[in-house]
Amino acid sequence: MKALSQKRRHPLAAIALLVLGLMLTGGLYAVVTTVNQAKADTTTFTAGQAHEGEKLFVANCATCHGLGAKGTENGPSLAGVGAAAVSFQVGTGRMPMQMQGPQALQKPAQFNADQTNELAAYVATLGNGPGIPEAQYLDGKGDATKGGELFRVNCAMCHNAAAAGGALTRGKFAPALAGVSNDHIYEAMVTGPQNMPVFNDANITPEGKRDIITFLNTIEHQGSPGGAALGSLGPVSEGLFLWTAVLGVVIGFTVWLTSRTS
Amino acid sequence: MSSATQSPYKAKTSTGRITDFVDQRVGGSGILREFGRKVFPDHWSFMFGEVALYTFVILLLSGTFLTLFFDPSMAETHYNGSYVPLKGLQMSVAYDSTLNISFDVRGGLFMRQVHHWSALLFVAAVSVHMLRVFFTGAFRKPRELNWVVGGILLIMSMAEGFTGYSLPDDLLSGNGLRIIDGVIMAIPVVGTYISFFLFGGEFPGTVIISRLYMFHIMLIPAIILLLVAVHLFMVVVHKHTQYPGPGRSDRNVVGYPLGPVYAAKAGGFFFIIFGIIAFVAALFTINPIWNYGPYDPSPISAGTQPDWYIGWVDGALRLMPGWLFNIPMEWNIPLPWGVNTLSLNILLPALVPAGIVFILLFTYPWIERWVTRDDREHHVLDRPRNAPTRTAIGVSGFIFYCVMWAAASSDLIATHFQVSLNDVTYWLRALFFAGPILGFIVTKRVALALQRKDREIALHGRETGRIVRLPHGEFQEMHAQLDDYKRYRLVSYESPVAEEGIPNENGIVTKTEKRRAALSRFFFEDRVAPATPAELEAGHGHHEAIESAEEHKPVSRY
Repeated sequence: MKALSQKRRHPLAAIALLVLGLMLTGGLYAVVTTVNQAKADTTTFTAGQAHEGEKLFVANCATCHGLGAKGTENGPSLAGVGAAAVSFQVGTGRMPMQMQGPQALQKPAQFNADQTNELAAYVATLGNGPGIPEAQYLDGKGDATKGGELFRVNCAMCHNAAAAGGALTRGKFAPALAGVSNDHIYEAMVTGPQNMPVFNDANITPEGKRDIITFLNTIEHQGSPGGAALGSLGPVSEGLFLWTAVLGVVIGFTVWLTSRTS
Repeated sequence: MSSATQSPYKAKTSTGRITDFVDQRVGGSGILREFGRKVFPDHWSFMFGEVALYTFVILLLSGTFLTLFFDPSMAETHYNGSYVPLKGLQMSVAYDSTLNISFDVRGGLFMRQVHHWSALLFVAAVSVHMLRVFFTGAFRKPRELNWVVGGILLIMSMAEGFTGYSLPDDLLSGNGLRIIDGVIMAIPVVGTYISFFLFGGEFPGTVIISRLYMFHIMLIPAIILLLVAVHLFMVVVHKHTQYPGPGRSDRNVVGYPLGPVYAAKAGGFFFIIFGIIAFVAALFTINPIWNYGPYDPSPISAGTQPDWYIGWVDGALRLMPGWLFNIPMEWNIPLPWGVNTLSLNILLPALVPAGIVFILLFTYPWIERWVTRDDREHHVLDRPRNAPTRTAIGVSGFIFYCVMWAAASSDLIATHFQVSLNDVTYWLRALFFAGPILGFIVTKRVALALQRKDREIALHGRETGRIVRLPHGEFQEMHAQLDDYKRYRLVSYESPVAEEGIPNENGIVTKTEKRRAALSRFFFEDRVAPATPAELEAGHGHHEAIESAEEHKPVSRY
C-alpha cells in the first residue's frame, strides 16, 4: 500500500491509470456485445458452403463490396455483418442492388435458397455477426398483444401502426410489412438493413421479436374487420376516397335529380 | 253556444277531420302555403347545402346510437373483448368501449363507420356549398349575413369533427390532441395556463375525453342546430338565387315549387345520401382504431394525419421550418417575471394561415360591397367567368388551402410517388407563396379569355367548320348564330367599370376613397364588356348575306 502511494506521482502513473480504465471499459464492452450476439450466432455452415459462397461473391458482389468484402466507395465492408444480413438482403432480392439509390429496393430474389446460404456462409467467415435466427422464434405462436405493444413503441413510427409502411427523409422509406416472411422480419430486426436501426437482443429479447412476428402475422391474416382497408394509410386515404369516389357519386345523383326530361 | 262559432267546413273522411282539427289549432296550412310554394331553381350545384343538412341528420341519428354504448371515461381497464391482438392490454375505458362498439355491439362497427363517413361528407358538403356560393356571387346583398352564418357553421363543423375523432382515445386521436396541446402552449404567456385548464393538469391528464365528449354531443351540435335554423330561415326570407337566363331577374325565381315536386325530390335525396353513406360504411373501413392501439404518449405511427378538414392546419405546421437560414424561430424572452418562450415555429403556421383564410372569408362580402359601392339586391348569380377578379381571388385562396392540405400528406406523397420527402416539402413551401399568385393570374386570364370567347360567339355565332366559296371567289367560313335564349346567357351579365375616387362634400378625395379607387382598378381595370344590342345588330349585319343564303340549312351544334 505504501509503495502504491509513493509511486502515485510517478510520471507514468497517469498513463497507467488511463490504460487501466480503457482496458476495463473496452473489456466490459466486448463482454456485453458478445452476450448480445452469442444467441444469434447459432447456425453452422460447412467449409464447402463457404467456399462455394466465395465464388458466388466474387462473381456477383465484389464489384461493389470489393474482393474479400473489404468494401469500396460503392459498397460497405461486410466483415461482421453476419449471416443474417446476407440472408435478409439477398433473400429479399435487395442485393445484388439493381442500381445505386437512396436505398436498395426489393425485387425478385436473384439467388435460390442454397446459393443464399452459401453466400451467408462465406460472409459469416469474415467476422462475427448475427447468424440465421433459430426456428423457435419464427413460429408466430407468441403473444400478439405484447408484440403489438412492442411494435407500436419500436416500429410504428416508421412502418405505420398497421405495418403499411411510411416515408423517411430524402427518398428513403420504411416498407410495408405484409408478405414479408418471418425469418426476414427477424433478420431485419437483428441486422438493421438500409436505414433501419438494429434491435439487438438486449433491446428487444428474442421472445419479444417472436411476439412482434406473431402480431404481424395476426394482423396480416385476420384481414380488415371494417371492410376494404384503403391501404391502411389512415385519414389521408379516407379523405381522398371521400373527395373522389363518394363526392363523385353524390354529384352524379345531384345532376340526375336536377336534370329535366327532354 | 251558437252554431256561428263552429267551422263551416266539415271534412268527409276521418283523416280529413283529424287534419282539419290539427290545422285549426296550429295553422299548418298557412305554413304549408308559405313553404310549399317556395320555388327552387333546378341546378345540381344548388344541392350541396341539402347534402350537408342530410348528412347532419344522419350524424345525429348514428351519433345517438353510439352514445348508448360509448363511455368517455379515462379510467384504466384491461381489454377483454373479441379483438385478439389487443387482448389483456391496459387501456382507457373510452378506448375499451369504442372497441366494444366495433367488435361486440351488434351493428356497432357499421354505425361507427356510418357516423365517421357522414362526418367527412358533412364537412365536404359544407365546403363545396361555400365554394359554390362564393364563385357565383351568392353572398351579395341581401345574403351577406347568411354567408357569415355559413362561415361560423364551417368552423363549428370542423370543431365538431375534431372533438369527435379525439374521443376514442386511440393512438391516432391522442397524437392529434398532443399537437393541439402544443399549439395551445405556443400561445405567449397564457398558453401553458390554457393547456393546464383544458387538460386538467399536465397532458394527457384524465379529464380531456369527457370534456371533449360534452362539447361533441351537446354544446357544438346545439350551436350547429341553432345556426342551421337561422341559416334556413334566412334562405326562406331571401328566396333562392338562380343562374342567369331568359326570363330570370332579381325580382323573380324560376323553378319548381317545394310541394309537390321538390318535397319529393328532397325527401328522396335524403334517402339517396343515406344509401350512399350506408353503402360506403358497409364496404370501406374508416378510422380502424384497433390498428392504432391505446393512447400512450411515447409512440407515434407513420402516416399520422388528422381527418381531412383539419389537414390544412397540420400541413402548415409541417411546412414551417424550425430555423430560417441562421435565424431560429423559437425565442426565449426574458421578462420581469421570468423567461417566456415565443415559439414562432408553431404559432405562425398554426394561427396565421387559418387567420388569413377566415378573416378574408368573413369580410369578403363587405370588401366587394365597398369596392363596387353596389347596394342593390342580387338574386341572379354571376357565372364565375363574368366576375374575373372575384373568381381569381377565390381560386387563389383555394390553392393556398390546397397547398397546406397537400402538405399534410407530404409523407404519403413521397412514398407513393417515389420522390424525396424533403423535395416535396421544398416544393410545397415554394407553392405556399407562389401558388396563390400564379393561380390568381392564370384564373383571371382564363376568365377574361372565356368572356372574350362568349362575346365572339354572341356577336358572330359559332364556327361551323364549313367553308363556302362565294361567287366572286372569296372563301368564307359559315357561322351558326345562337338562338335568342342561348345568346341571352352570354350577354346578360353586368360588367362594372373601374371607378376613380369620388370627392366628398368638401371636394376632397380622401385617402380611403383613393384606396377604394385603387382596389376598384385592381378589380375592374381588365374587363370584357358584354356585347351591346347595337353591337349585336352590327355583328349580324356583317354576315347577313351569307346567313340568308344558308337559311334553309340551319346548323345547330352546341
